[in-house]
Amino acid sequence: MGQFEIGGKKLDSRLFIGTGKFPNKEIIPSVIEAAGTKVITMALRRVDLKSQSENILNYIPEDCILLPNTSGARNAEEAIRIARLAREMGCGDWVKIEVISDQKYLLPDNYETIKATQVLAQEGFHVFPYMNPDLYVARQLVEAGAAAVMPLGAPIGTNRGIRTKELTQILIDEINIPVIVDAGIGKPSDASQAMEMGADAVLVNTAIATAGDPVLMGKAFNYAVQAGRIAYQSKLGRTKQLAEASSPLTGFLRG
Amino acid sequence: MHVNGNEYEYENISIQTLLEKLEVKARFLVVEVNNVIVQKNQYDEMMLKKDDKVEIVSFVGGG
Repeated sequence: MGQFEIGGKKLDSRLFIGTGKFPNKEIIPSVIEAAGTKVITMALRRVDLKSQSENILNYIPEDCILLPNTSGARNAEEAIRIARLAREMGCGDWVKIEVISDQKYLLPDNYETIKATQVLAQEGFHVFPYMNPDLYVARQLVEAGAAAVMPLGAPIGTNRGIRTKELTQILIDEINIPVIVDAGIGKPSDASQAMEMGADAVLVNTAIATAGDPVLMGKAFNYAVQAGRIAYQSKLGRTKQLAEASSPLTGFLRG
Repeated sequence: MHVNGNEYEYENISIQTLLEKLEVKARFLVVEVNNVIVQKNQYDEMMLKKDDKVEIVSFVGGG
């Protein structure tokens, strides 16, 4: 399907996977393998000193690229702090900016996200900002030095699909850095849809982690992303209002 | 001192000693003292004071 370049790396898979909400960490390596992915997101938190659980990194193959997020940040300053801590972990310099202060919809704060992106890109991070799909904001993120933009399809964890389709399509058409559809992708057909629209990649977490069989669902997303990408490359056929026969309208066996 | 939001009676101990006392076993972790990230090669040398605010962070699952 061909490699694509992002954040200074060449990738084969256009599926990024999050590691939250899995019923147990032990299945994560199998999910990653079935999904054929190489980019994995995680969060940064205080170590729970009273009940320490095993580190998530023990379950992520070494050849994966880690994309820590700044979840928990309510403003640019907090996101910058979390990003710096994540880089100090020694796992690369990719970071997904997530600045959220609204707990009901978990929508990203575009203004604070731009501020954090400016600072972190200057510090040499490859910055992947999670954002509301707004063309002007996307342009400012490009200007700020973002490695990609990550518009949401629907609120985090809702599995409701690409509800922002029209606005996301504008970003895909107008923005010259990779567009990765993040959040809301609830089923493989949603991922296919994003890829058919021309998205460069998708990030999926809840849909896989909360599936009845996360490993099998990882495989389904693997195929769906590939199918969607190939469909985009092959250029979709036109749509019409009225029917147009696919079989010849001559030589009928009648009369 | 304050460690991850909890109060501890320790003082004048190194970061390394604190990690041992708290039995922190995470393979990958980062320590911040009073909002400043501490380099790993300073864990033995840097002594923590009574009122220091220490954060020990690690990666967890997330999307």
